[in-house]
Amino acid sequence: MKNRDFLENLILNIISPAISILIALFFGGIVIFLLGHNPIETYKEVISFALGNPNGWGYVLFNTTSFILAGLAVAVAFKAGLFNIGAEGQILVGGFVSAIAGLYIAPLFPPFLHLFITLLFAALGGALWALIPGLLKAKLGAHEVINTIMMNWIGYALTNYLVVNTFREKGVIYPLPQTAKLPSSATLPKLFSIFQKIGINIPESNPLNSSLIIAVLAIIFTYYLLWKTKLGYEIRALGLNPHASENAGINPQKIILLSMLISGALAGLASINDVLGYRYRFLDNFTHGMGFTGIAVALLGKNHPIGIIFSALLFGALDRMAIGMDVFTHIPREIISVLQAIIILTIVVTNEVVIRFLKRRRKILYV
Amino acid sequence: MFESIFAWETIVSAIRMATPLTYASLGGVFSERSGVVNIALEGIMLFGAFFAAVGTYFFKSPLIGIIFAILAGMTVSLIHAIVSIKFKVNQIISGTALNMLAAGGTTFLSRLIFKAAGSSHHIEGFSPISIPILSSIPGVGILFKDLSPLIILMIIIVFVSNYVIYKTVFGLRLRAVGENPQAADTLGVNVYKYRYIGVLISGILGGLGGAFLSLEHARVFVENMTGGRGFIALAAMIFGNWNPIGAFGACLLFGIAEAVRIRLEGVGIPTQFIQMIPYILTMLVLAGAVGKSTPPACDGIPYEKEEI
Repeated sequence: MKNRDFLENLILNIISPAISILIALFFGGIVIFLLGHNPIETYKEVISFALGNPNGWGYVLFNTTSFILAGLAVAVAFKAGLFNIGAEGQILVGGFVSAIAGLYIAPLFPPFLHLFITLLFAALGGALWALIPGLLKAKLGAHEVINTIMMNWIGYALTNYLVVNTFREKGVIYPLPQTAKLPSSATLPKLFSIFQKIGINIPESNPLNSSLIIAVLAIIFTYYLLWKTKLGYEIRALGLNPHASENAGINPQKIILLSMLISGALAGLASINDVLGYRYRFLDNFTHGMGFTGIAVALLGKNHPIGIIFSALLFGALDRMAIGMDVFTHIPREIISVLQAIIILTIVVTNEVVIRFLKRRRKILYV
Repeated sequence: MFESIFAWETIVSAIRMATPLTYASLGGVFSERSGVVNIALEGIMLFGAFFAAVGTYFFKSPLIGIIFAILAGMTVSLIHAIVSIKFKVNQIISGTALNMLAAGGTTFLSRLIFKAAGSSHHIEGFSPISIPILSSIPGVGILFKDLSPLIILMIIIVFVSNYVIYKTVFGLRLRAVGENPQAADTLGVNVYKYRYIGVLISGILGGLGGAFLSLEHARVFVENMTGGRGFIALAAMIFGNWNPIGAFGACLLFGIAEAVRIRLEGVGIPTQFIQMIPYILTMLVLAGAVGKSTPPACDGIPYEKEEI
């Protein structure tokens, strides 16, 4: 019995994602072929560009950091039965609020608190942006999918207005739509020096930074929250069966609101990799679809923190490979977002097919 | 400022802005009446907009552009139908993935085909039609002047949809499949077939809505030009109580908001705040509609035929 469960888990969690990735790469290969490139050669080139050297790995891990946090954000909401498609806006607002806090609030406190303040406000900003759709869902039952998407557009417009008109960096000849640089006490150090000490030669220019550590902590936090706390139990119960959990005395309004807030806070933290660890400032629209990739990461990772590590790594590598596409071919890098979508579609379908197959097998065994 | 808002021109522009929304919203009505939530409408519109531009550009005929848009919309909605009806995958996941596919895919193809980032080449839409007699009335006549054929088609489709859904056997069965698939199945209605048809109709209409955007509104395909209109259309469908005339009315409301938004540009209010108007309105409308409008009882729930 135990062995069969293990086998079924193995098929569901390893083999079906692997199949869907292969299907996506196959589709991608066809497109690359149609555009006059050799798919095998192109894949070889972009894979060795992304994974064949320490610098490439640094970039992959840098991308992975944001995707882990964005993926966890989507997963927590998903566990409660909510679709937080607003991670994108929550990341953007979280990053903006964090930068503003670093520039205007942190100086009021002693330096050892600065980083704590910017991190806190990143989470608060994201939570704030999730609060409105969360409240509308909890109190009125308004569809969170549409509301979180509307909040994305409002977030884009609002941060764009504020960074262009109110908080734009001053005293520069050609000012970008970005804030002034944060004091170093409010930012996260890079990791290249640690890697260099242990003999891995990641160059100084590499953006990999200590946000990665925070992402790992967030994985542990999310795991603990969902599987080791009462709140986590209630979140999962609500997601599995809203009616039964309500009958069991769980307050759905409270759980909906709390899980949206936690989801938003995690999304807000996904901004620190860029804002506090790489650019040291808020740049208009820096997210570039990070929140949407988070949806793919969460789904591919089965909304489980461990699964999310692997799927975030995969998407981190894919993003780096997209840059490689630009370097080695004339194929537009958006092919990678197409592959992402294909991965989501094929994984949900292969899951379903595998589950049906297992069910049928069980029936034959038992009847 | 106010003279420019309270003018017949504002209504003309409101109807124009409501047109793509209405197509998509009617698409949503057909899909959700059959019991399938279709948030892929945003992506369907985007594919429609893109392929309308491609067809029109290469064949120099907006009619071929429209056919391209309809075929593209049907293809995307067919994927949504297979994934969510046959494989019973969560319909929101399928829709989200298709929206990602549309955003990435149209940008990818646009850069490949038009060899330029950002937008396609200029395309020629249909020549406008003026309705005789009505268009010569002073004042109100402007509503009937220089109309896009797609606007006239939209008005016709609103009433045809209403007739089809409420007055025909097909409509009765479509609604039955969304309200109570078990009962419909018992009475011999093929639940899967009607759901496929409902989703495919939404693909056709969503594609047409997208085609209006690139062909008639902007006369060019711009990357991600739908800008959330697919979702606004869904909000309008909910506000309109899953009913074609109601959805059309809600889309007109959004059209007015968009028209006012355009008139407000250049009067000193920052454009970013003006851009927010339709999105905030969507949220307000949704919040107001909840509880007062009722979705089909089995909307979003995959149907599992009972095995004997």
